[in-house]
Amino acid sequence: MSAVMITRKVRKWEKLPGKNTFCCDGRVMMARQKGVFYLTLFLIVGTCALFFAFECPYLAVHLSPTIPVFAALLFLFVMAMLLRTSFSDPGVLPRALPEEATFIEMEIEAANGNVPAGQRPPPRIRNVQINNQIVKLKYCYTCKIFRPPRASHCSICDNCVDRFDHHCPWVGNCVGKRNYRYFYLFTLSLSLLTIYIFTFDIVHVVMRKYQLSNQREQTGFTVLEVLVCFFTLWSVVGLTGFHTYLISLNQTTNEDIKGSWSGKNRVQNPYSHKNILKNCCEVLCGPTYPSVLDRRGVMQEDSPVSAASAAPSSSSSTNPVPQTTVRTHTHINLNIKSRAITEGVGEK
Amino acid sequence: MQGLVPTATDGNMATEFHNLQELRHSASLANKVFIQRDYSEGTTCKFQTKFPSELESRIERTLFEDTVKTLNNYYAEAEKIGGQSYLEGCLACATAYLIFLCMETRYEKVLKKIAKYIQEQNEKIYAPRGLLITDPIERGMRVIEISIYEDRGSSGSSSGSSSVSGSTAR
Repeated sequence: MSAVMITRKVRKWEKLPGKNTFCCDGRVMMARQKGVFYLTLFLIVGTCALFFAFECPYLAVHLSPTIPVFAALLFLFVMAMLLRTSFSDPGVLPRALPEEATFIEMEIEAANGNVPAGQRPPPRIRNVQINNQIVKLKYCYTCKIFRPPRASHCSICDNCVDRFDHHCPWVGNCVGKRNYRYFYLFTLSLSLLTIYIFTFDIVHVVMRKYQLSNQREQTGFTVLEVLVCFFTLWSVVGLTGFHTYLISLNQTTNEDIKGSWSGKNRVQNPYSHKNILKNCCEVLCGPTYPSVLDRRGVMQEDSPVSAASAAPSSSSSTNPVPQTTVRTHTHINLNIKSRAITEGVGEK
Repeated sequence: MQGLVPTATDGNMATEFHNLQELRHSASLANKVFIQRDYSEGTTCKFQTKFPSELESRIERTLFEDTVKTLNNYYAEAEKIGGQSYLEGCLACATAYLIFLCMETRYEKVLKKIAKYIQEQNEKIYAPRGLLITDPIERGMRVIEISIYEDRGSSGSSSGSSSVSGSTAR
């Protein structure tokens, strides 16, 4: 038909560096180790299934039918938040393309001046002033960029993540700028769900005792649920409380662990609005940041680099034109020639 | 002009594409400048308006500054935390964020505006001077990449072509 290459569409997620796994043709993005995530799913779904199967019929009849309805809504919300946290891009920063990396290296060399042979060059740090506070930006040797403030490199996923909070094995993903609020809502709603199931399990057991029925096998599952809820309660409620504290101060777990803003050396958090409500609003009701990865964009091997948004593209996403990756000076000329050949055939 | 016009699939973008194609066909990439982020006001997206020395002979300072300032304003609009963002956030939370499956977020709307603006700037101002701006979202919102093309052809649309590569610090 034409000289155009008859290869299947290669989407950008297939060529992304880092240790993430992708599903559904790039729509889902997770870390490599997913075992603990499956455990989380099993515990939540399993406990709720037992609750709906054994407690709810009794409680709906003897107390109120709204009890299982509310439990179902809460369960659906928990699952939605969990899946949203696990499957979305946490705010991964793409690695620098070769030209950008070279540009940064040149800047570093210019800043360092001449280092005598044999001496180690000074650490690559850039100082920026944020709200009258000096913040040090570190250079990431893997991604070849100076990390923006609050970004950190996750060694498990091998990516720099913006506003990096922590890597959570329970959700099988990093928690960063883009999915922090979903993570927080997940822990909050899971706490509520756990308390809810725990409470109604106790209510169920107490009510059965007063009814003096001999349905022992039913209480077996209740005991199991109570156990799971009890241990979950302590951890999840504690975690929710901890994150509520962090949000009110506009801090990340990473900063808290490192003690970045603990107050010694007169260092204060430059990102905090000094107002709990404002901090909460910024984290929970702030703008929904887009992913800069463009996972589902199509790799165009035959188009020259730095095509701005002008070129019509075959990508299916709403993002601007997908970009190619590595290009050098000579490559551009070759690409122009090859494009001239394919277009000379007059087919697209 | 090499007269190789692609048969454009989108008819309404044919002319713009044609001009930039011309640039890429007749010119070769000389250098790239990266405009870094300005973190003085926090982590909001803002780019430095400092005029890079490599562009001194290629474009007027005011035009460049205008472009960057307009981009900064667009990003500020996208990231503004106010009544509308609260409404969007609360509504989305109430629907367990499922509403984003059918609705576009405010940020995405502004990104589209930015893409259009950059395209327009490229056609009107930068391409005639042998420059090309890359949308920052394609570089992880870290830098604004400006490609400097050396004009190989005789069209003379850029000035001082051969001296540019000599003056860049290499």
